[in-house]
Formats: sequence, structure tokens, C-alpha cells
Amino acid sequence: MGMVENTIIKKSAEKGVLDINKIRKDFPVLNREVHGKKLVYLDNAATTQKPRAVIEALVDYYSNTNANVHRGLHTLAEEATSAFEETRSLTAGFIGAEEPAEIIYTRNATEAINLVAYSWGRKNIRKGDRIVLTEMEHHANLVPWIVLAKETGAELAYIPIDDNGCLDLDDLGNIITPNTKLVAFMQMSNVLGTINPAGEIIEKAHKRGAITLVDGAQSAPHMPVDVKSLDADFYAFSAHKMLGPTGVGFLYGKREILDRMEPFNTGGEMINEVRYDYADWNDLPHKFEAGTPNIADVIAFKPALEYLNNVGMDAVREHERELTEYALGKMLDLGFVKIFGPTDSAHRGGAISFIVDDIHSHDMATMLDTRGIAVRAGHHCAQPLMKRLGVSSTTRASFYIYNTREEIDEFIASLVEIRRYFSNV
Amino acid sequence: MSDMLDELYRDVIMDHYRNPRGKKKLDKSDIHSEGKNPSCGDELEMDLQIKDGIIEDVHVGCVGCAISVSSGSMLAEVIKGKSIDEVKKIAEVVKKMLKGEPIPDDIEIEMGDLDALEGVKKFPVRIKCALLSWTTLIDSIDTVADNKERAFSTTE
Ligand SMILES: Cc1ncc(COP(=O)(O)O)c(C=O)c1O
Repeated sequence: MGMVENTIIKKSAEKGVLDINKIRKDFPVLNREVHGKKLVYLDNAATTQKPRAVIEALVDYYSNTNANVHRGLHTLAEEATSAFEETRSLTAGFIGAEEPAEIIYTRNATEAINLVAYSWGRKNIRKGDRIVLTEMEHHANLVPWIVLAKETGAELAYIPIDDNGCLDLDDLGNIITPNTKLVAFMQMSNVLGTINPAGEIIEKAHKRGAITLVDGAQSAPHMPVDVKSLDADFYAFSAHKMLGPTGVGFLYGKREILDRMEPFNTGGEMINEVRYDYADWNDLPHKFEAGTPNIADVIAFKPALEYLNNVGMDAVREHERELTEYALGKMLDLGFVKIFGPTDSAHRGGAISFIVDDIHSHDMATMLDTRGIAVRAGHHCAQPLMKRLGVSSTTRASFYIYNTREEIDEFIASLVEIRRYFSNV
Repeated sequence: MSDMLDELYRDVIMDHYRNPRGKKKLDKSDIHSEGKNPSCGDELEMDLQIKDGIIEDVHVGCVGCAISVSSGSMLAEVIKGKSIDEVKKIAEVVKKMLKGEPIPDDIEIEMGDLDALEGVKKFPVRIKCALLSWTTLIDSIDTVADNKERAFSTTE
């Protein structure tokens, strides 16, 4: 790992890690204008743009295949099923799962986490048990556990963050108590950008006999992930944040844990045998995939993964690290931008939350939009974190493989102009 | 910077944003209400002093953007001293204006600075910001009718 990163860094110092001009040509939407300005899309933590191959795969599926999966004996059904399962294999390989059956299709990362809270949580969490989360969690990895704790009488405990926006692990040994059954945390923050030391947290959790769930919604798209070497028990992520279509998410789970879990939804596709008064369950992964799934979008996710594999996740990470370092440097140089989260690009991804003077994030986002720059404003589905940071909202710029230094220059120039404009109107 | 923005951030709006009216808390309140814009985190509290059906004093405390703060400030300015019936009419007209719906001819009200909010309707995602104080007000008034003391509103 260290070796690989070094060679990439050397290369990037000379001419950048990726051939961005070539990459940009693959994303049709990047050609459009917004309010007469070239689109600068910096809202990638919300959802990313799609390469032509993904868009064409959708059209191709509906034009040439379209059949239900796992049920038909005709050619179209056979083709759809095998394409549907190919995505599963590729996804398993992408995150280093042992076998494709450990990848369960869901609607999104949120549903993947809810599946665990429902199927695993309701069976394994009892009154007096502890669920450990962190202060920086997205509502997706917060609300399901709040609900479960309320239902079961379990207690919630939070790993705190320090003033730098990093997890403070000093007290981890005391937070993960012997009665802790689950430690669930994000690998990369959608607000602070922070990359959390997932391996270290998982190791501590396992020492206490707790199960771990990693919210990989922001990390899987932006850095190499290997669930095996992390030893994560569950790992959740969404296709739409990594070049894929909306409506598809994934739950990875270790087979021995998934095998022991009851289904989430029940109905067709997930059964082994049904009588009028009896049903038992199909094997993994089908046990958790009741009803007709989102076939087209699953199939169209395959070219997204191929795209990322072709670029290489090390290169994706290095490109974004470089852009983030560049952007952070420029933003801090302005002197009037307050940044939330670590400022060392080695420990963070490309989601940068900030505030300019007392300009509210909505006003900032509206003003950036008139210049063609798309950012996110608000609480980013992390209300408790906002409170912890002492703000009601922030503006967030977030990068992906197609973003350039020129776009960041444009963004920085806009911040200067917006500040001047807003203090004069 | 752009004509489009000038439409939104008019002088009147920025004046209300920088010096919100009704900011001062009241020593006594007949109805206390809280409004929230869950999708973005804006929060507002409103206190009304009502005597004989007339709004004698009002406090609006808003943590939010230029549009939600100035809209709340204009509200505080315009409803003070008016009867509840009048205030209801004003709130309806403002809502219609923001949503770009036609305003019935038979309603005649003094809009004052409120006209400045007209520019907001060109920014569909910002309409909610301007609506926050008005939906909170309407819910407040409705709680009077229902004989409750507190109201919680959201723009969702
Ligand atoms: C860290 C994190 N977790 C979970 C989610 C939820 O993802 P989805 O909305 O695709 O379920 C998001 C996306 O907003 C996220 O950023």
C-alpha cells in the first residue's frame, strides 16, 4: 500500500494522476450550462454524475433485454439474470468480499442499514445492551439505531469528535463496554470529510465481542476498500454515489452472520418452500431480496464499477486527495472561510464543509448556483453533528474524478466575489 | 454580480435581514410557537401578544438565511396592531404571492415591504425559506382557535 501510494504521488507531482480531459468527455452532463455558465458540479457527496456507459446500459437493457430475473426459462430472462448476477460478483470483488452471495441488493445505503437494524438488531439487541455510534453519523446510521434502542431498551453511546473533526479514540476502551453488541460508524464523513480508522475501531469492537457495521456510503466511492482486511461484519453503500444509477444500494455481510439472520422483507423470490401454513427461506443472498428487484439499475451499475476499476481506486483517491489539498489551501488563504473538519488531506476525503463570514449556507448556495456552481447547503442529514459543531448549517463542496483545479479556481474566485456582493447589497 | 440575484436580494430584504424587526423578546406571550424547516435546519420562534383579537406585540427570532430572516422581520412589522382576521388575510396573500398563484381581486391589503418578497418565486428552492414565518404564524393563530398554548410548525 505504502509503496503504491508513493509512486502515484510522484507521478502526480509531474502531471496529475488522471487524464481528466478524457474522463470528462465520458460524462455528458458536464457539458451543460447553468444560468449561462458552464456547470461546475461540486455536489458529489450527495450523488455523482453518470458516465455515458451507465446511461447506455440502462437504455440497452430496456431496449434489448428486459425480463424478470431468477424466474424465467426464456432467453431474455436468462440474459437478465446473468447480467444481474454479474454486477453482484463485480461488487463483491470491488470491496473484497469472500463471495458474491455476501452482497445483498437494497435500494440504497439507508435500506442496507435498516435491514441490519431490523433483521439482526431485533434478534440480537436486548434491554441493557449497548450500541456504540459516533458523533459524526449521518441520519441513515443514526435513526435506525435510535428506533431500535427505544424499542428494545438498549442504550446508545457515542464516540466523540475532537475540535479537529476527528474521532477521539482515547476513551474507546471505555465506550465499547462488555455489554456492547454493535459498533456502527461511518468510514468517511459526508460533512467533515474525515476518514475514520475503521480497522482500529473494528479490532477494538471485536475484542469486546461486538459486531461492527461500517457505513461506507462516502468511502466506497472514493478510496480502496477491503472488507476482508478491515474484518467488517457489515458494510453498507449506495451505487448512486459512485457513478451508478439511483435506486441501488448494497449490504455486505459475513456469510456466517447473514445465514443466521431472519429475512427483512418476505414474499416472492426469497422463499425455499411455501405451503398454506408454512414458509422457509431461500439461500443467500435471495433470502434478503423479496420481490422483483431494481434489475435495470443493478445491471447499469456494472459499467460504473468497471469505470472505477479502470481508473483504479488508488488513483481516484490520489486525485481527490490532491484536489482537496489544493482547494483547502486556497480556501484557507482567503482568510475569511471557516472550514469544518481536518485540513490535512491525508486524513480526509473531498467533502469540504465551510462557512463564509455570517453568510447563511442557503444564500451561499443560491449565489454559487447563479455562477453555475452546484454545492450542497444545510445540515447534510447530520443534525446532531451540526449542533456539536455549533452551527445550524454549512455549505459543502465535494469532489470526484471529473473535477479539475480550474473548477476549484472558479469556485474560489466565486467565494471572493460573493462575499463582496453580499456585503454590498 | 447578476441581475437575477439582485431580484432576490433586494435592498429592502437585506435591510430586514441585517436589522430584523421584532427581534426583541417579549416579557409576556399569549402564544408561543416554533417553526422548523426540516430539510435545511432553519429554526424560528414566534411570540404573540393578543388583546381583544388584536396583535399588540410580536417577537420573531429566526436562525436562518437572508430570505427566511427578512420574511420573518417583515411579518413582525406588518402584523403588529392588526386584527387576527386581517393578519390571516395577509398571510394568505403572501403565501399565494410566493407560490405564484393569482391573488383574488376582492382582497385589499396593505403590502408594505412585503412586495419585495416577490423576487423569491423565481427561486423555487427558496420559497420554503420565505414561507417559514408565515406558516408558523398561521399555525399560531389556529392554535388560538383551538385553545392551545404552543404550536409546532414545519414547512414540510
Ligand atoms: C455517510 C452517509 N451515509 C449514508 C448515506 C445515505 O445514502 P442513501 O441516501 O443513498 O441511502 C449518505 C448519503 O447521503 C451518507 O453520506
